[in-house]
Amino acid sequence: MLVEEEKIRQQLVEKFGLPTEKITVQRERRVWADVPTAEFGEIFNYAADKLGFVILAAITGLDEGPMLGALYHLARESGIILNLHISVPKDKPVIKTISARFPAADAYERELVDLLGMQVEGLPPGNRYPLPDGWPAGQYPLRKDWKASENGKTEVTENA
Amino acid sequence: MPEREVKIPIGPQHPALKEPESFLITLRGEKITDMTVRLGYNHRGIEKACEQRTYIQDMYLVERVCGICSHSHSTCFIQAVEEIAGLEVPKRAIYIRTLIAELERIHSHLLWLGVAGHEIGFDTLLMYTWRDREAVMDILALLTGNRVNYGINTIGGVRRDITPDQIPQILTAIDTLEERTKYYVKVGTEEITLRERLSGVGKLSKEDAIHLGATGPTARASGVDRDTRRDDPYGAYGLLQFEVITDDHCDVYGRTLVRLGELMESYKLVRQILRQLPEGQIMVKAPRKISAGQAISRYEAPRGEDVHYVKANGTEKPERVKLRAPTLANVQVVAHMLKDGYLADTPIVIAAIDPCFSCTDRAVSIMDSNNGQAGTMDWPALRSYSIEWYRKQGTDFSELNRKFRILMESE
Repeated sequence: MLVEEEKIRQQLVEKFGLPTEKITVQRERRVWADVPTAEFGEIFNYAADKLGFVILAAITGLDEGPMLGALYHLARESGIILNLHISVPKDKPVIKTISARFPAADAYERELVDLLGMQVEGLPPGNRYPLPDGWPAGQYPLRKDWKASENGKTEVTENA
Repeated sequence: MPEREVKIPIGPQHPALKEPESFLITLRGEKITDMTVRLGYNHRGIEKACEQRTYIQDMYLVERVCGICSHSHSTCFIQAVEEIAGLEVPKRAIYIRTLIAELERIHSHLLWLGVAGHEIGFDTLLMYTWRDREAVMDILALLTGNRVNYGINTIGGVRRDITPDQIPQILTAIDTLEERTKYYVKVGTEEITLRERLSGVGKLSKEDAIHLGATGPTARASGVDRDTRRDDPYGAYGLLQFEVITDDHCDVYGRTLVRLGELMESYKLVRQILRQLPEGQIMVKAPRKISAGQAISRYEAPRGEDVHYVKANGTEKPERVKLRAPTLANVQVVAHMLKDGYLADTPIVIAAIDPCFSCTDRAVSIMDSNNGQAGTMDWPALRSYSIEWYRKQGTDFSELNRKFRILMESE
């Protein structure tokens, strides 16, 4: 049981010297890893290119108080999901795009920008998503301190 | 040549049924040279709303993400919640969920077949398949009380049991539908007009399907052998025998064959589920407060993979809920499929990913790259243009429509 999952944990520990307790095998086919933001690019490419995590299932953005988190859900064809978690300070929430490796990341990264106010370096120019063009600057709905105003509406500038 | 952005008026909202979005297509003559997609018109803030509601309220909310694959979303969500809470869902409940899942796939694929027929001018196929679809809608209503948004799920199980007298009714409907589908497979493989019309349209190579992240029947029709039901089994799928249908045509014709094949597999699955249906409880009591933790859940919805992430903080409301529906993965592939294709193929190529917004309020903005002029065409106009364009090329469905009508009248 969990042979493959434990092997993935071992490979990440050996290759990048990650502390063992930062990687959890939650159950069959579910591995979670908390990785240092500075090394994320390297670990991500290793997982995608060397460990066979060829599917990007989604990216989840998280408001973690003083930090903003990003969870990259990568999957193998055999069904194992590797969830890579990084966090960046809210006052300088800069992450790097993975859209060169996974073009589908474009939509997920734009969600991080629109809904949580992250800055994604290297994201190609394009339409914003998912908020409307006239959405007021500095309003990030998925941040915990953001509340829909009392009438349930946020003013959106027409034809901005 | 200056690029001019055109503001596109999107029609009145029909949130229960459609998700508006806009395409900006650049044309050279009749060929598409570029296309961009703008999404988000129907962003309802469901993820934020989930953080402000209890788990059980969220389950009903998430069921309303989509009007067609509603059971897919509610199941995907509660699977994650149940994993965090460590709930042992009774086997019988899992089988009932899986049964509803396959019935939902049948209704969704039959619906798609009709829409596809309509977009290419084969409207008799629409009439046929949507009539047949009523058989499965009746079964869903019989089992759950609802035609859509079934409300069968609850955290820890299902809300309604299946009674012995319902089983023969389900089997009779499945027998009828299987016969029907065999006929559609015959039409799909033997009718030259249909094959010619769909072959080579909306090409997507296997490499591109993988690279761009296509999912569901769209990916499987490009030879990508992936299906969450088999690869990351949930529900009762680990205990059931079924084939994952793939096809190597890499075009709209292939996407049609894959869905027809999946219908046949779904009938087999429904029979197996009813044969194997275990006795026992249909739910366990779930706590109101879910202990801190996180889980990711995947589900093979009719259109491709649903991905839900849930983070719990020990209260009765989740800390974070993230939903990824398959159309978000596939809509980015559409631009690639349409490139270098004809404007006349736009309706069927877009419809062939079975998007969740495939209804009439879509507006398409068209820019002529020779003179830089911009104009707009609404969906019905684009569809008529497409059917007429193909008629001039010799692909005409009038004869096939007539044949089908005679068949229908003779019944």
